[in-house]
Amino acid sequence: MIDVMTRRSPSPADGTSWLRSDRGEPVRRNLGLVGVLALLYLIGAVVRPDIFLDGGRLWSNELTVLTQAASIGVVTVGMTFVMISGGIDLSVGALLALASVWCTTVATQSYGPGVMILTALVVGTASGLVNGLLIAYGRLVPFIATLAMMVAARGLSQKISGKLTQIVKVDAINKIAVDRILGVPELVWIMLLVAALGWILLNRTTFGRRTVAIGGNAEAARLAGLNVRRHTVLIYMLSGLCCGIAAIMVTSLSNAGSSDHGNLYELSAIAAAIIGGTLLSGGRGTIVGSILGVVVFTQISNLFVIKNLQLEYQLIAQGAIIVAAVLIQQFRIGALRRPA
Amino acid sequence: MTERDDPAVLRLTGIVKTFPGVRALDGVDLEVRAGEVHCLLGQNGAGKSTLIKVLAGAHRPDAGQIWWRGETVTFADPQSAMSAGIATIYQELDLVDELSVAENIYLGHEPRTAGFVRRPAQRRAARDLLGRLGHPEIPAGRAVGRLSPAAKQIVSMARALSRRARLIVMDEPSAVLAHDEVANLFRVVRELTAQGIAVIYISHRLEEIREIGDRVTVLKDGATSAMNLPARTTPTRELVTRMTGRTIEYVFPERRDFTPSGPPLLAVEGLTRDGEFADVSLTVHPGEIVGIAGLVGAGRSELLETVYGARRARAGRVRLGGAVLRPGRVGAAVRAGLGLAPEERKSQALLLDEPVYRNATLATFARFARAGFTDSARERAEATRVAGSLQLVPADVRRPVRTLSGGNQQKVVLGRWLLGDTKLLLLDEPTRGVDVGARADLYGVIRSLAESGVGVLLVSSEVPEVLGLSDRVLVMREGRIVREAPAAQLDEDTVLDLVMAGSLREEEPS
Repeated sequence: MIDVMTRRSPSPADGTSWLRSDRGEPVRRNLGLVGVLALLYLIGAVVRPDIFLDGGRLWSNELTVLTQAASIGVVTVGMTFVMISGGIDLSVGALLALASVWCTTVATQSYGPGVMILTALVVGTASGLVNGLLIAYGRLVPFIATLAMMVAARGLSQKISGKLTQIVKVDAINKIAVDRILGVPELVWIMLLVAALGWILLNRTTFGRRTVAIGGNAEAARLAGLNVRRHTVLIYMLSGLCCGIAAIMVTSLSNAGSSDHGNLYELSAIAAAIIGGTLLSGGRGTIVGSILGVVVFTQISNLFVIKNLQLEYQLIAQGAIIVAAVLIQQFRIGALRRPA
Repeated sequence: MTERDDPAVLRLTGIVKTFPGVRALDGVDLEVRAGEVHCLLGQNGAGKSTLIKVLAGAHRPDAGQIWWRGETVTFADPQSAMSAGIATIYQELDLVDELSVAENIYLGHEPRTAGFVRRPAQRRAARDLLGRLGHPEIPAGRAVGRLSPAAKQIVSMARALSRRARLIVMDEPSAVLAHDEVANLFRVVRELTAQGIAVIYISHRLEEIREIGDRVTVLKDGATSAMNLPARTTPTRELVTRMTGRTIEYVFPERRDFTPSGPPLLAVEGLTRDGEFADVSLTVHPGEIVGIAGLVGAGRSELLETVYGARRARAGRVRLGGAVLRPGRVGAAVRAGLGLAPEERKSQALLLDEPVYRNATLATFARFARAGFTDSARERAEATRVAGSLQLVPADVRRPVRTLSGGNQQKVVLGRWLLGDTKLLLLDEPTRGVDVGARADLYGVIRSLAESGVGVLLVSSEVPEVLGLSDRVLVMREGRIVREAPAAQLDEDTVLDLVMAGSLREEEPS
């Protein structure tokens, strides 16, 4: 957001740096997000110097921020793929709730942690499969298909749980949120691992290439012989899988499965992806940007929390940030596409 | 309305309009009188559409003058042309399907009081206009989307009348109409001219021009090649000659002798899609270039896309190298060795924001990949090699395709199929929007592809292109192949004549 006015260089060969060329655009944006994070720390240092200027307390506060960001981060990785392909997945929060409820029923818990995790992953992926089939073969608009899934999955999770919180009695699950590796909570490592795998999948595999191609121009992809429908199904399955992973994380953090888990995750994930530079119209987006978007978003909430401001203000601020991010995005795309 | 000394209501002199790399209009003169039907004739690419847009105020000419009712004018935008009294009815009618007939007619200038539309008055006025056009049966309250194409055209004309148009430009109005509807259209046109309104009528069908037209102006290569010919008495031979005989010479590779040998590479048998084309059979041999000539709307693009599997045929089959292709499966067709350079490059072929090499490998990146991991370095190397052989400018394959010229974008699309094991290439308007210099390059590429043994099936609206490039030519009209002959035995006049309805020679043989 700092280098909004940077002009597109006419040619990378004329001595200007790679960073200023077209190809450097995502990196410029991510640097901008890092700048925003720095700005947020600056604000933190002013409003709560006791935390932000004390190394130890800052570290523990930041670990709290990252732990809170972790499950949303995982969901956002899946959402980024969906949005790059030109779609949207409104059902992520509800799928998370469904997976968490399903994997914490008394029966499932009796089989132990392995089966619980597997259940969450399968429930998420299978629900994603339904989304994908409705969209690719039923020709429903992604917005409608996943909106229907959002409502139905939330209802199903309430039905399964009887609207009761299902306490987790399996220690191995509860320990995930407690244990640390190298002083960093395992939940944060899981997010980083999912993000790294997502980055490789998007940037280094044929799966990622197909995703970008479909979002950039679905008709061109189809006429080049790509199986657009099948790939669309796979993308929504990936999003569902991410919801299943996030369900384990949230369940572990709260020691319970609940039909209320994942509330408004769809908004956070979409907003984070947009802040991170993913185009709503598809074809463009980065994993790094999306994760930075999640961290920025969570950091802002954190500032409100430690300043003891009410949730209302937090929501208003988050809404304003989404609008600002989209405005900046449109401005940049306009500048980028203007003929030289 | 002819009270002025000058009988012309509209007079254009020396109109020039240049787009980057293309001189679309290069000295157009036109004179239209009040109350006449003035026909505009010309091949595809002669400049008719650009001229229409100049008249409609959508383009501003770079040079030349527009005299409108005795005064020189410049139209800054479509609104000013409209308020001056020039209405344009495009082929793609610009009506809003969801709104009613009356609402469409008065869209943008509704009768109103204090911001509220006077709906009863609007409906009455609409009914009145439809009556004047001889179509009181069209219900003013019905949604336009539920009307037939013919009725929609009447609504467009009523809209022009509601704007008090003195000149109505009609771009191929008969293209979407059935035979009896055309007669109806002509009745309406006569109604209009009887009221002193001038009509510019664009059509490829010579018999229509003979029936409805008063005078004809012929465009060729962006300039007027003949003005104010009498529509009924000018011999067809003369009209066709005025449209052909290019001044801009196409630079084709030298014609070669091609004798197909062995079994055909592509064999299409009885391919049919309702409303698009019927019972099309054709063959292409390895190394052969087969050209399909025909007007836009003759079913050519649809045929190509059906052969490719992007559309599913109702009947017939496609065989490539003896094996029958599964209908409606593009992936299978590509794996079997088919490639398509579609008509609309930007919307159907390219990822504009992606780099050149990723566009070039869109159909092949999976083949370069190992265990699902893409090999960008190898893709770049292969794309660079192909870019070199195509003389792509600029040669850097990491640039976004968006930044390339039309000709170079088309080279990227061709390069896509050069990278695979393409046996048969389907080319749909390969030089549309490409400037003259780059065309010669593309022709060379297409020919050398054929010489390397690739079969080419080519579709173009530009007859010289089909004749200059192909070994064998098929002429398509209204969804059927009406003539097949070696290119060397055909000339531009003959083909154009066949394409435009065969008024010169024998009736269609089908």
